Amino acid sequence: MKISLGPILYYWEREAIFKFYEEIAATAVDIVYLGETVCSRRHNLRHDDWLSVAEKLASAGKEVVLSSQALLESESDLKILRKLADNDQFSVEANDMGAVHLLTGRLPFVIGPHINVYNSPALSLLAETGAKRWVMPVEMSRGMLHKMQLEKPANMETEVFAFGRLPLAFSARCFTARHHNLPKDDCQFRCLDYANGLTLNTREGQPFLVLNGIQTQSASVYNLINELVEMNEMGVNIVRISPQAWHTTKIIEQFWQSLNNPDTAQKCMQQLAKWMPDKGCDGYWHGKAGLEQSTGITAQ
Amino acid sequence: MSHKATAPELVCPAGSLPALKAAVDHGADCVYIGFRDNTNARNFAGLNFDESNAREGIRYAHNKGKKVLLALNTYPQADNWERWQGAVDKAAKLGMDAVILADIGLMRYAVKNYPDLRLHLSVQGSATNYEAINFFHEHFGISRAVLPRVLSLPQVEHVVKNTPVKIELFGFGGLCVMVEGRCALSSYATGESPNTCGVCSPAKAVRWEHTAKGLESRLNGVLLDRYNDTESAGYPTLCKGRFEVGNETYYAIEEPASLNTLALLPEMQLMGIAAIKIEGRQRSPAYVAQVTKVWRAAIDACQRAPDSFIVNPEWMAQLSSVAEGQQHTLGAYHRPWK
Repeated sequence: MKISLGPILYYWEREAIFKFYEEIAATAVDIVYLGETVCSRRHNLRHDDWLSVAEKLASAGKEVVLSSQALLESESDLKILRKLADNDQFSVEANDMGAVHLLTGRLPFVIGPHINVYNSPALSLLAETGAKRWVMPVEMSRGMLHKMQLEKPANMETEVFAFGRLPLAFSARCFTARHHNLPKDDCQFRCLDYANGLTLNTREGQPFLVLNGIQTQSASVYNLINELVEMNEMGVNIVRISPQAWHTTKIIEQFWQSLNNPDTAQKCMQQLAKWMPDKGCDGYWHGKAGLEQSTGITAQ
Repeated sequence: MSHKATAPELVCPAGSLPALKAAVDHGADCVYIGFRDNTNARNFAGLNFDESNAREGIRYAHNKGKKVLLALNTYPQADNWERWQGAVDKAAKLGMDAVILADIGLMRYAVKNYPDLRLHLSVQGSATNYEAINFFHEHFGISRAVLPRVLSLPQVEHVVKNTPVKIELFGFGGLCVMVEGRCALSSYATGESPNTCGVCSPAKAVRWEHTAKGLESRLNGVLLDRYNDTESAGYPTLCKGRFEVGNETYYAIEEPASLNTLALLPEMQLMGIAAIKIEGRQRSPAYVAQVTKVWRAAIDACQRAPDSFIVNPEWMAQLSSVAEGQQHTLGAYHRPWK
């Protein structure tokens, strides 16, 4: 199994993004997804900046995929999408059916986690349009994945979101702007203040969700490091780590160690707990509520 | 506005045969229904249609020149694909005027087996731009798409101008602020979501408890809200709870309010919106009758004289009496909304 690094879901400063990918180039990660997938107002990096990061990572031996925005509302969103589709160097992760439409018949592309694929007839159709890989929807269980693996088209690679706060929803509303009582179109880029998102607690003080602009995430960190052996047996090709503002390179290292020496999984899990911004969860994988945790991992 | 545009069709909800009849009798052009299982996104106990009810409903509507559409808008999964396939078969056999689908696998099945069956793209299909809609048009020949409630009116108009597919917009009812088909909040808390099970914040996971701090609503143990004695408590939908962010407790995601776009009718008509959808298959026949009656009157008035259309205060009063939280919003159609 390979390790991928998903796109940065938060809004970070320009220099922080460049520095982050310099560090990533030196890690054991095999595939890096790049680009802004959440909000069209976030543009500390422009298309050419992303391409220059992509080229550096590619020259460091990484497979680079350019990710597309999940919620496309305007012609300017489509313009950015067309630029991605027109690049003939890197494959693209489609996160909307509009992207699938534009990528059909071009370089083989990736079906991102925000496209609804819950059955093999849907996956087969996407394979015919040129998809080479699909990222399982986050709410899919291992039982469902097992059936998909048996029925999926030949040569279709399977990737599983295996570490990070779960991207759960997209909205018309920007919740970060709303928190600051600002209109969405004049958000003053408040997301820059929340490098790991803005935690929403219940009235009992229990961290529940994370507000990330127009995206809502889980507060708990999805962590499937304990399931790598099973995933391998099921023929999963890639496990995805979602970047967080701190310790991402260390998290990659733990996944790499666990993959290469499954006996160390328990130890790796304990290490990971130190670097997670909140407690862990793995309910979706086990066919339960996503927020549940079965393996006893806790944040420290 | 100088010319008379075609009036949009009024598409009304029916969770039962009496609701369907109420919609038809009070002026709906189309009524949409679902089968009694998780093949549709309003999979609630005691709601929806079996084959015999559906047959009777279609007969009733067709006799009065109205259409019946079937929502089959959840996502079939690897272990239960046959149920959705069977629902498409049943829809074709019953003579539904259209099926409202979200899943591309199921769309292909429908096109292949029933080439004459009219297909609409459900709001659950998450198509917010014309490139996505045109994908569905090219592959499956869909004739109508329901837009998620996330676009401003100028953005809607841009979609209309760039696709041969007719556009249906939500006009009234409970407002989902998340892009439909892209929200897993419910399954995160309960294991069941609209995409997979046709439910959001399912009733079986809800608990009410009187405590010293007030009446509390919980979803699978997660505290969604707490009400004092003077507050009325609504159904505890996950995104309409009050939470703490920073040092503030507020409706961090969404207030309980109904979408109501009556005031936008002339603009919607002028830009060529083909249909206006009323939300509420979970609501009573009386609700359906009331809302249908008002919207029929409004659409007719707008069609007669779009230039001088004004929202009749009586209509608003009637809609307010059935609106969630007695509050109305123009939602995302109105850009400064936050």
